[in-house]
Amino acid sequence: MTAQDHLAILPILLPLAAGAINLILAERRWTLKAAISLGTAISLIVVGVALTQRVGVQPVIVYRVGDWAAPFGIVLVADRLSAAMVLLTAVLGTASIVFSLARSDRAGPRFHALVQFLLMGVNGAFLTGDLFNLFVFFEVMLTASYGLALHGSGILRVRAGLHYITMNLAASLLFLIGVSLIYASAGTLNMADLARHWREGALANRALYEAGGAVLGIAFLMKAGMWPLCFWLPASYSASSAPVGALFAILSKVGVYAILRIGTLFLGADVAASPSPGTPWLVVAGMATLAYGGLGALASQSLPRLASYSVLMSSGTLLAAIAIDNVSLTGAALYYLVVSALALAAFFLLVELVERGRRPGADIVAVTAEAFTTRNAETEDIGTAIPAATALLGIAFAGCAVMLAGLPPLAGFVGKFALLNALFQPGIASLTAWAMLGLLVGSGFITVIAMGRTGVQRFWASSDASVPRVRLVEFAPVVLLLALCAALTLQAGPSMRYLDQAAQDLYAPGRYLGQVLNNR
Amino acid sequence: MMELVISVAIGVLAGSGVWLLLRPRTFQVAIGLSLLSYAVNLFIFVMGRLHVGAAPVVPAGLAADPASYADPLPQALVLTAIVINFATTALLLVVLLAARGFTGTDHVDGERDR
Repeated sequence: MTAQDHLAILPILLPLAAGAINLILAERRWTLKAAISLGTAISLIVVGVALTQRVGVQPVIVYRVGDWAAPFGIVLVADRLSAAMVLLTAVLGTASIVFSLARSDRAGPRFHALVQFLLMGVNGAFLTGDLFNLFVFFEVMLTASYGLALHGSGILRVRAGLHYITMNLAASLLFLIGVSLIYASAGTLNMADLARHWREGALANRALYEAGGAVLGIAFLMKAGMWPLCFWLPASYSASSAPVGALFAILSKVGVYAILRIGTLFLGADVAASPSPGTPWLVVAGMATLAYGGLGALASQSLPRLASYSVLMSSGTLLAAIAIDNVSLTGAALYYLVVSALALAAFFLLVELVERGRRPGADIVAVTAEAFTTRNAETEDIGTAIPAATALLGIAFAGCAVMLAGLPPLAGFVGKFALLNALFQPGIASLTAWAMLGLLVGSGFITVIAMGRTGVQRFWASSDASVPRVRLVEFAPVVLLLALCAALTLQAGPSMRYLDQAAQDLYAPGRYLGQVLNNR
Repeated sequence: MMELVISVAIGVLAGSGVWLLLRPRTFQVAIGLSLLSYAVNLFIFVMGRLHVGAAPVVPAGLAADPASYADPLPQALVLTAIVINFATTALLLVVLLAARGFTGTDHVDGERDR
């Protein structure tokens, strides 16, 4: 094996090592801890770029952990989709860590270690080729996210965190039930092997298998924030601190990824005997999520809640789009996934800057930051405060609004336009297509209203003339994320081609199966 | 007979767990989640099929025959699930205590009953 063959495991190993080192180091050595954390996140970007390059040559990279062959040993599998998701995670992680350097990483203990473990769990969930390891990585990710949701403490966070943890523990139990039902009927948990059993009809008990898939789906849909299962999401996302909210933008996408992977791989629609179970329901539920997110966004009085409902709108769009089960629509949905995750992360970071000094929660962060920090006087001087903060924040806010609403010229428009364009392919029922079109355009309109209203309130009609003190390290990640959105607009062709190819790989899993099962 | 006893046990555990999970006190929720996780652990274990008197791996003095020994994989899965449940329950208890400290009540919404 050459060094390049180990590329697939680096996105898991690097944050694991960084998180472990960060746990050992004492709290007062925060410069070193932050440097390790940031360095790891940046090297994860490099690894992500290398992976996306590599899958161009070798579309399915199989990494045998422990060197046992596939159905018996544990494998990691990187294809175009997982490589792109790993890269997206690394970008969001870097932005969040840079933002936290200003002060919020000292609002509570062990921030950087938790972020690294979260990154490890998310990357693992994207790369694993095994259903039980998917559970384990989900748990790593969730356990880190429990700690991060409580980061900064305060009554709001603890109360929302309690609900968040309880809901996710219950969902994890559903995950286990689904996994064991699938194991009972197929006798394997390797995803490729399951796909082979499913395609060959070699299942001991097909009803049990499908029930297991449905129970598993509930667990993922809860993570993704599907409508009847999403009432915990706005409260806990809006209560979390800004860098954590930005990281959580990827968590709901992990749920969408799992649905997509499992839906195309081992509950795929290409079995003539039985269409993919539950897909029509998922289309309706995704549309309901989109509508609910839109109503919630209209009703939101505070910016954090608006951001959380935007997460729901993005999830609803994605769930409905991937459930319609069309390859070019899925390609467009993947592009939308990437740009909406970037825009949501930028928005979560921006919200904290705009609301600074206005929210009671922000004061709690400041107070606990002083309690935990060891460098009292100097903390105020980290980074330079930038001039004309209100104007710059306003411009960034408008950028986020344009991205989330899907207005030209930024990438949100390209994503939505690609979705609309793909909706009218042959093979999609025209009722579904028109309903989806109405909801997509309507949700964009709602976003414009909601963001426009809050923007006017915050920036133009603001009664208190206090200008928020914004430091360069806090504003830079927002600009970086929005610049990436602009870059994705300029490079829409290559990125769209890549993600379209990723969708085609998902819908033709023969190569995936062959590479995983025949890799000796 | 054994199947019946185990399914009733899983059913009772899961039913009590769901009931407690829906109760308004945080401690009831914690106990409910624990009971549910016991039910799920038993469930995973049973999914490897129930065997009576089967050797864990290979019976002494006999050639290895896959049909004669219990499936070891669900046991490994249960072990992992127990460890993870144990850790997350401990975490939940810490958050319960913190919520009790902040809100002064053990109601899940942090408000007293009206």
